[in-house]
Amino acid sequence: MTGLSIDKLSMRFDLPDGGHVQALQDVSLDLKAGELLSVLGPSGCGKTTLLNIVAGFLAPTSGVMTLNGHQITGPDAERGMVFQQGALFEWMSVRENVGFGPSMKGMPKNNKKEIVDHLLDVVGLQDFKEKAVYELSGGMQQRVALARCLANDPDVILMDEPLGALDALTREKMQSLVLKLWKETGKTIILITHSVEEALLLGERLIVMAPRPGRIHKEYRLPFAEAGVNADLREVKKHPEFGPRREEILNMIWDMEEEIMGTKEDAA
Amino acid sequence: MIPLLMYIAIFVVAFFLVTKVVQGAGVRDYTSLKTVTFGDESAVRPNRAAGIISILTIFLMWGVFTGSSLLPKFLHAPGPFVGDTTFTYTAQVEGQAPDDATVTVRVFPRETPEDAPEVDPGDGFAKNDAVAIAQWRTGLIRVDANDDLKKADGARVIAINGQKIAPGETVQTENGSVTLSDKGTPNFEPTKGWQMEPLYLPAPEEVWTRTLQIASEGFRNFTLLEHLGYSLFRVVLGFLLGAVVGIPLGYAMGLSNWFRGWFDPIVEFMRPVPPLALIPLVIIWAGIGEAGKIILLFLAALWIMAIAARSGVSGVKISKVHAAYSLGASKWQIMRYVIIPNSLPEIFTGARVAMGVCWGTVVAAELVAAEQGAGMMIMTASKFQNTDIVIMGIILIGVIGFGIDMLMRAAERFLVPWKGKG
Repeated sequence: MTGLSIDKLSMRFDLPDGGHVQALQDVSLDLKAGELLSVLGPSGCGKTTLLNIVAGFLAPTSGVMTLNGHQITGPDAERGMVFQQGALFEWMSVRENVGFGPSMKGMPKNNKKEIVDHLLDVVGLQDFKEKAVYELSGGMQQRVALARCLANDPDVILMDEPLGALDALTREKMQSLVLKLWKETGKTIILITHSVEEALLLGERLIVMAPRPGRIHKEYRLPFAEAGVNADLREVKKHPEFGPRREEILNMIWDMEEEIMGTKEDAA
Repeated sequence: MIPLLMYIAIFVVAFFLVTKVVQGAGVRDYTSLKTVTFGDESAVRPNRAAGIISILTIFLMWGVFTGSSLLPKFLHAPGPFVGDTTFTYTAQVEGQAPDDATVTVRVFPRETPEDAPEVDPGDGFAKNDAVAIAQWRTGLIRVDANDDLKKADGARVIAINGQKIAPGETVQTENGSVTLSDKGTPNFEPTKGWQMEPLYLPAPEEVWTRTLQIASEGFRNFTLLEHLGYSLFRVVLGFLLGAVVGIPLGYAMGLSNWFRGWFDPIVEFMRPVPPLALIPLVIIWAGIGEAGKIILLFLAALWIMAIAARSGVSGVKISKVHAAYSLGASKWQIMRYVIIPNSLPEIFTGARVAMGVCWGTVVAAELVAAEQGAGMMIMTASKFQNTDIVIMGIILIGVIGFGIDMLMRAAERFLVPWKGKG
């Protein structure tokens, strides 16, 4: 079977004071190849833990994950990751950053150059390929990060708030770019975000997670991502369903946040 | 006190002259248009004129207070008295009228000793005297030695230039002062002026000519270049050995629990031990030859480099390592392409510190015992009171230390341009 399958994933951290935190409890999820899933939730709901487990950086305390039929046990080039920021290698040029994955595989120079040039064209950084990454703006750096991930041709792309540190205008442009890349490459993408709008716009599927213990609270299937592939995202936001959905999810998360604050006060 | 006041005066005058008069209409760049500059560190840039004047002032003061021949005479601080001067003393013997006599003092430059001038003995029981005293020195004048009635006959000096004086008291005379010793003998001290005695501070040109002389003739069987070269060679070799051992050690400590646990106590204990404190032990173990010096510098550099490499490894952002893993890099590739380049800026910072410490340590080690080297040169010179060589050595040591740091900074800019950009 193809796609990513997560079955009854649980994660428990033991604390030094003898207590423990149930970061995830019985999270199950099936993602078909080529689906774009956005994950929303209040802080502390285990979104990033989930992503780190899927990436293979953390081993779950229980549960099984499979990708295309084989079990996930550690990090691998089949699952690429795009971080919020600061994960580029500043000692390498833009070109070397994008070509990092192919270099590690020992790909012949010509093939590598072809891939890198193509991806730099796609993200619009052809003119900057010999620059050092720290000379680029935040938005350009994230485009490098996207290109670097795609250069490795992973089956799944995991994005941990990739646009979180960008300004509103750059962010909108990058959202269009993510949709375009998703459609063109047909990759399976899991995108974690704090922005409800971003989750609605980009997520073909959307899950809202709840904290304590971290679990899937609600799941949506949304039409906006498909619509956004060929349209201006600002037009998509005028979709009659967009506003009510946003309000609904915002209220849901707001209630959860209030609950967290409440329990904190009780504890105190 | 006078040099300090003079220095402050030059500082203040130059400040007003340059900032208010000369640079009144300066550049109009962004920083100059800032209205809030007090507290804005970025608006503080070193004033070039101040820097130049500061250096010139040091040499000027050096010249003024040593009577340098590089400066016109009128700029010299008053020098010590040279030439002939006189004072009179009044001697008294119980039962006789007091009698005056003149003492002629010839103060001669130290390099050219002169004899006392010939004087007419004069009349009365107290006879005129003449003595010769070297510049900067004082002279006890046994005025009664040629008198008809001597100290043994009860003669006492009761006044100098007509002013009453008792043992322990001082009377100012023209070009000097006379102090009566406890036993009643006048002690003449010629005016010293404000200049420094060459023994304490030679004039700049003397240091310069001595530098040229040492450079061509050498010092203690080795040329100047050999002395400095030996010091540099020890520093470079000791530092390189320290880096070759320390950097891998630091990497191991940054990457392995066992190495961290094993070496942490040793490194943390050895780091605060000043390398100078190891000199006696190293001399006991390895003697005063090259081996001892290299071992000492190796130890000085080792801990600094190990700690720099360790913190370079610890400083790698975990997201970079994660990114590299999910791009398919192996452990070895992560070491080669992520951890090592990421730690280079820290290692360069450590190397700069280590080079500075090594340079200081080698000079100190050579002060203690060495056949050749910059430190040995100034130590030996000081034993022979060759202050000019000592000052020359200090200046050269400073210049080389500064040069090393400049080179390291240039290498850093060239080799790790991403420093601080992560």
